[in-house]
Amino acid sequence: MNEQNLRNFTINFGPQHPAAHGVLRLVLELDGEVVERVDPHIGLLHRGTEKLIEQKTYLQAIPYFDRLDYVAPMNQEHAFCLAAEKLLGIAVPRRGQLIRVLYCEIGRILSHLLNVTTQAMDVGALTPPLWGFEEREKLMVFYERASGSRMHAAYFRVGGVHQDLPPKLIDDIEAWCDPFLQVVADLETLLTGNRIFKQRNVDIGVVSLKEAWEWGFSGVMVRGSGAAWDLRKAQPYECYDEMDFDIPIGKNGDCYDRYCIRMEEMRQSVRIMKQCIAKLRAPDGQGPVVVEDNKIAPPRRGEMKRSMEALIHHFKLYTEGVHVPAGEVYAAVEAPKGEFGVYLVSDGTNKPYKCKIRAPGFAHLQAMHHICKGHLLADVSAILGSLDIVFGEVDR
Amino acid sequence: MDDGKLDALGQTIVSALGGAASAHAVAFNQLTITVDAGKIVDVMKHLRDDPALRFVNITDVTAVDYPGREKRFDVVYHLLSPTLNERIRVRAEADENTQVPSIIDVFPGADWFEREAYDLYGVIFTGHPDMRRLLTDYGFDGHPLRKDFPLTGFVEVRYDDQEKRVLYEPVRLNQEFRKFDFLSPWEGADYPLPGDEKAEPKA
Repeated sequence: MNEQNLRNFTINFGPQHPAAHGVLRLVLELDGEVVERVDPHIGLLHRGTEKLIEQKTYLQAIPYFDRLDYVAPMNQEHAFCLAAEKLLGIAVPRRGQLIRVLYCEIGRILSHLLNVTTQAMDVGALTPPLWGFEEREKLMVFYERASGSRMHAAYFRVGGVHQDLPPKLIDDIEAWCDPFLQVVADLETLLTGNRIFKQRNVDIGVVSLKEAWEWGFSGVMVRGSGAAWDLRKAQPYECYDEMDFDIPIGKNGDCYDRYCIRMEEMRQSVRIMKQCIAKLRAPDGQGPVVVEDNKIAPPRRGEMKRSMEALIHHFKLYTEGVHVPAGEVYAAVEAPKGEFGVYLVSDGTNKPYKCKIRAPGFAHLQAMHHICKGHLLADVSAILGSLDIVFGEVDR
Repeated sequence: MDDGKLDALGQTIVSALGGAASAHAVAFNQLTITVDAGKIVDVMKHLRDDPALRFVNITDVTAVDYPGREKRFDVVYHLLSPTLNERIRVRAEADENTQVPSIIDVFPGADWFEREAYDLYGVIFTGHPDMRRLLTDYGFDGHPLRKDFPLTGFVEVRYDDQEKRVLYEPVRLNQEFRKFDFLSPWEGADYPLPGDEKAEPKA
């Protein structure tokens, strides 16, 4: 057989593949074991979220955000609430802000735990997911105790959060923090110096900073390439400007740097959580958790039993909903996976005219061909793991 | 940046772009410039390369549908400048037949965002090397995020056990799709109230 008769080999990776992190179909063109072309086919989990949101009131839209990046649900709700609050021109009470920040950081740890440990599983380690998922389980119990639901919380509402946290829950979250730092340290002993893990990740999937910006990357993907860019610091929202925390950045822009950043971000998140807890207990951290304007947030249930006006407000809010002034706004949060943005166009009625969801994973996944070209087939799953893809948000 | 500075920034950009940009606006502390869809590539190049701007990060490309307008789509680009720590929204009007040049040569990251805008809205981008549908099913017909596309769609899919294959059939609703209109009749509703059709039309 001469040179001309050699053909590249095309294979299907997924849609059902444990390393595809969901329903991703990759069409890979291979020259031997070297990847020549990657064509991701997405949309297998497309549910038309944006179309559905256009048909629903602002309150009814919030649960859809839990189902985007279902690994860190509240961070998504946050972006939508911020957008709606900007249009309404309201400020969240301080206690509401602290609770939001606390739960956003819990979401960040939830997401990073899943990502770091499953990435380790993709490259052959089985213990990290078992250790990490135990902590995730505890965090989801905190979600449940605040919102009644382990994952689909619908806890952040326009104007604040749904309910105040019981003091015992705050105590339990605090008690969780320090043992968790030990778990992170344990995970590091498994992975950070591990020869196999390093062989699979160091110098794999290198992204330069210029490329990262022009491909639309955000979050860990630009920090791994050396930019000290974090929306929590750069464009602080809620009360992040009074929190004391550091932003880890990488030097090489490879999979290993991104792993290291995620590990350090978990520690920083714990730092923020501890500050939130201290502030929640301080006298100025007391008070309402949601704006007290009954045209936006419903009255308390106790009030409704006695006050006719409260009952009417409740009825109007849960049928007609909030009228949001016309305008367009883009609000973004530093979600665990990167910049999660919501571009909200309102026409002044009770339903969004348009709600575009800008998911970080979408921008990261489109660069698969660019990053994977020239790597070996086995590296594809390592790269995919370090991009931190969740199909709920990519497909929407 | 406060509104005054944003306004000044917008003015500088619009005047530097010459005829390509027509207006700028600052609302909710966010800067929007309106440009000519045909010149979008030059606009993007300027925003990216001007050393005073450096909008190097493409955040988002999408469209908004206003079926009542002559040019029904707003193609909306969001850019971020890490240097200025500022965002900008670039808006261009287009209709179903306007050919909007693709900005993939300026920002490779616009690739999927443009494919998505084509898929869901039917905005036509020219010069994109791989313009296929992205999110919808293989062989899908129509552009689902257009306002005139029904929420239920047109076809439904099921696996038929007898034929041993996936079947596409027209959507059949066992119950009429329920669309609740809760707009208050006292404010906002500009249609006759159900049961009140005989009332005198307002002058």
